Amino acid sequence: MIHVEIAAGGRRIAVVQGSMTIYEAAADKPALLGALGEATEMEIDLSSVVEMDTAGLQLLILVKRESLRAGKPVRLTGHSEASLDVLDRYNLAGYFGDPVVISPRTQKKTARARSRAARRRT
Amino acid sequence: MNMAIAQQTYIVESRELLRDMENALLRLEKTPQDPEAITAVFRAAHTIKGSSGAFNFEAIVEFTHAMESLLEQIRSGRTPIDSGLIALLLGCGDHVSSLLDCLAADDRKAAFERVRDTGEGLLGRLNTYLGTERVPQVAEEPAREPAVESIGGATVASTGWHISLRFDRNLLRNGLDPLSFIRYLGSLGEIAGVTTLFDAMPEPADMDPEACYLGMELDFKGAVTKETIEDVFEYLREDCAIRILPPHSRISDYIDLINTLPEDKTRLGELLVKSGVLTRRELEEGLALQQRLKEEGGQTGAGHRIGEILVGQGAVQNELVDAALEKQDLIKKSKAIESNFVRVRSDKLDELITLVGELVIASAGTSLAARRAADVETIEAASTMGQMVEEVRDRALKLRMVPIGETFSRFTRLAHDLGRELGKDIELVLTGSETELDKSMVEKITDPLMHIVRNAIDHGIESAGTRSERGKRPTGRLQLNAYHDSGSIVIEVADDGGGLDRKRILAQAVERGLLPPGHTPGDEEIHRLIMQSGFSTASEVTNVSGRGVGMDVVRRNIESLRGSLSIDSVEGQGTTFSMRLPLTLAIIEGFLVGVDRSSYVVPLEMVVECLELSAEDRLRVRESGYINLRGEVLPLLRLRDVFEVKGDPGKRENIVVVHYAGHRAGFVVDALLGEFQTVIKPLGRLFERLSGISGSTILGNGEVALILDAAALVQRAVDNESVHHAHATESPHGHAFEQNLQANLS
Repeated sequence: MIHVEIAAGGRRIAVVQGSMTIYEAAADKPALLGALGEATEMEIDLSSVVEMDTAGLQLLILVKRESLRAGKPVRLTGHSEASLDVLDRYNLAGYFGDPVVISPRTQKKTARARSRAARRRT
Repeated sequence: MNMAIAQQTYIVESRELLRDMENALLRLEKTPQDPEAITAVFRAAHTIKGSSGAFNFEAIVEFTHAMESLLEQIRSGRTPIDSGLIALLLGCGDHVSSLLDCLAADDRKAAFERVRDTGEGLLGRLNTYLGTERVPQVAEEPAREPAVESIGGATVASTGWHISLRFDRNLLRNGLDPLSFIRYLGSLGEIAGVTTLFDAMPEPADMDPEACYLGMELDFKGAVTKETIEDVFEYLREDCAIRILPPHSRISDYIDLINTLPEDKTRLGELLVKSGVLTRRELEEGLALQQRLKEEGGQTGAGHRIGEILVGQGAVQNELVDAALEKQDLIKKSKAIESNFVRVRSDKLDELITLVGELVIASAGTSLAARRAADVETIEAASTMGQMVEEVRDRALKLRMVPIGETFSRFTRLAHDLGRELGKDIELVLTGSETELDKSMVEKITDPLMHIVRNAIDHGIESAGTRSERGKRPTGRLQLNAYHDSGSIVIEVADDGGGLDRKRILAQAVERGLLPPGHTPGDEEIHRLIMQSGFSTASEVTNVSGRGVGMDVVRRNIESLRGSLSIDSVEGQGTTFSMRLPLTLAIIEGFLVGVDRSSYVVPLEMVVECLELSAEDRLRVRESGYINLRGEVLPLLRLRDVFEVKGDPGKRENIVVVHYAGHRAGFVVDALLGEFQTVIKPLGRLFERLSGISGSTILGNGEVALILDAAALVQRAVDNESVHHAHATESPHGHAFEQNLQANLS
């Protein structure tokens, strides 16, 4: 679910809560594009995203692309573990170009995943 | 959202693989060196692991991975095969099967929790074979700086695989998500570089949020075969364009790749150069060459593919690549064979068959109308159509035919396990596995068949000790055989055990009052006795059988399928159970008879002959209820009375002599209307328990004809007749026996 907050100076903050998946995509698309349309500057807060899939990611790409065309800055902030994982898999963190803070918990998880992968390889 | 369907396919396929694995394991037990069987087991475990990974079922991946490791050791000969190992692997197969069950459960987590202990136990045992303690989940690897991982794709050696994916628009709607496949790929090796392409994404207004517009270029490093990578994307195959280039691929292959992809060519070239797969010089040379060829080709009109020409010029170096391509070809071929099969939901087939049934009826109506109109052309057209319709019906019914082999092979495991449990060595021989019968029949005969097989192993086949005493091979032999016989399928279960113990059956029958003392029944009577409810001659009740419930249920089940069960037994040499069943439940060869203005269908295979009931006999027959047919008593049943049809019969009445399960009876009807092949329509709920009627059908003229439950009617005629006898005369032993049987039946 996306909730848009109006901040000073035409800034919009879209807070994504819960899931950002194909089930929500149909409702999320107009919400995000609408916010972008009326904003001069936009922030998408991903800190409360517990689940994201490819459909969710595509919407972020769409908004980012449109913002680049329109020359309005869009930033992703507060990446949750779930959203970061998706951005990582598609290696798109660079495209969005936002600073990502890696929490200690995330570190532990990736290390574990890697050791498991290493074991499988043998 | 079709996740459910994709998952369903995954579950069905996994179950098939498990069955293959089980069969291969049982083969291995007999011939431990059979390399094909080892490979089959390995392949099954591997494929299940692969597709589970694609669906993110971690529990199954973890477990099958452990199995696979052990199987790898077996395959390389480091671990010898013994029966303990086979039993363990069979157990593992069962566990995977119960894990699959968990996926269907409402509360997946709780279901997984319930089977966890079993899994842990099995894993422990697998690890003793593996000779390593299971590595705990927590990482002991020195943690590198994990932040690096999120940058990705910076440096790549050209020794990696290059995988190009262009997802189908419908991919997400079909319930698949590329993420899970990428995650799984990551578990097989290292994803060295990822570039996501979204050039295909349209303008915001046209962008469908549920469609997929992405493509990916992946660089992957890992000691895997092309097949493994293809397996990863197996479930995506239909929804995704996949191109996989092996390490050290020809430059031309990359150029080819660039050409076939939808995106801008220069950009893709840059991408490959950036990821280190191609050097800039290689790219430029390749593109220049292609340009030159295109110009030449434009003149000659020959559209050479760049790859072919490069090969011709000797610009190709690596033999390894050729080998890889050859292998790829082989895989393609085997896929082509696979794709000759189409998976169809069985209810769709059922619908088709119902429709075809209606078509048969409609066509019969047409030809009737044509004949009535007496127009030659119409009659001819109707008859041609009738033939076609019959052919369509036969073909449609054949679609549902499946070989019985699959059912048979389930018993391999049963025989193995039961044999172990009872300490008997059993050899199961399967013949006639290719014999086909209707799918709906297969489901219904499994239980009765199972019962007979259990019985044969438990009671039929003696213990190894007794067998050697009797001078037999210590290994007991159980044969399952199937063949077609005039519109029916016959399934035989033959053991080489002790045969039916005549004396004991007789003693029990007398004790239970089923037989008068001193009576010596024929073999057939003895065989019928063991199908009475509560009858058991097993000296002790075992886990497996001997409780006395069973053979009567088996017999009733088979009879409800319009089949019959016969027993042939030679003391000391073995017993053979033969089930005779119709090939399908949907169609019946019937004999149409008329009573007053209604029509009835008697299953043709039960009709023996037809007689005219002479006028002088008619009165007498109504009194006595039987006639003398060539010196034998033939009990009669007037359908007119049975169905309470009012009015007078016509000038003459006829008798249809019907034979069922060793009994004969005559049905008295008004008219004989001839043979008739018809589609059975089940009766509505309301009429399910109606005695004497088993179904209905629709005649060409649109009228309904009831299909007689001949088995029940014959029984009724026989009952009436014995009652008559008991009243009329001193009942001889034979009839008292008969009556006792009847009493016991009802």
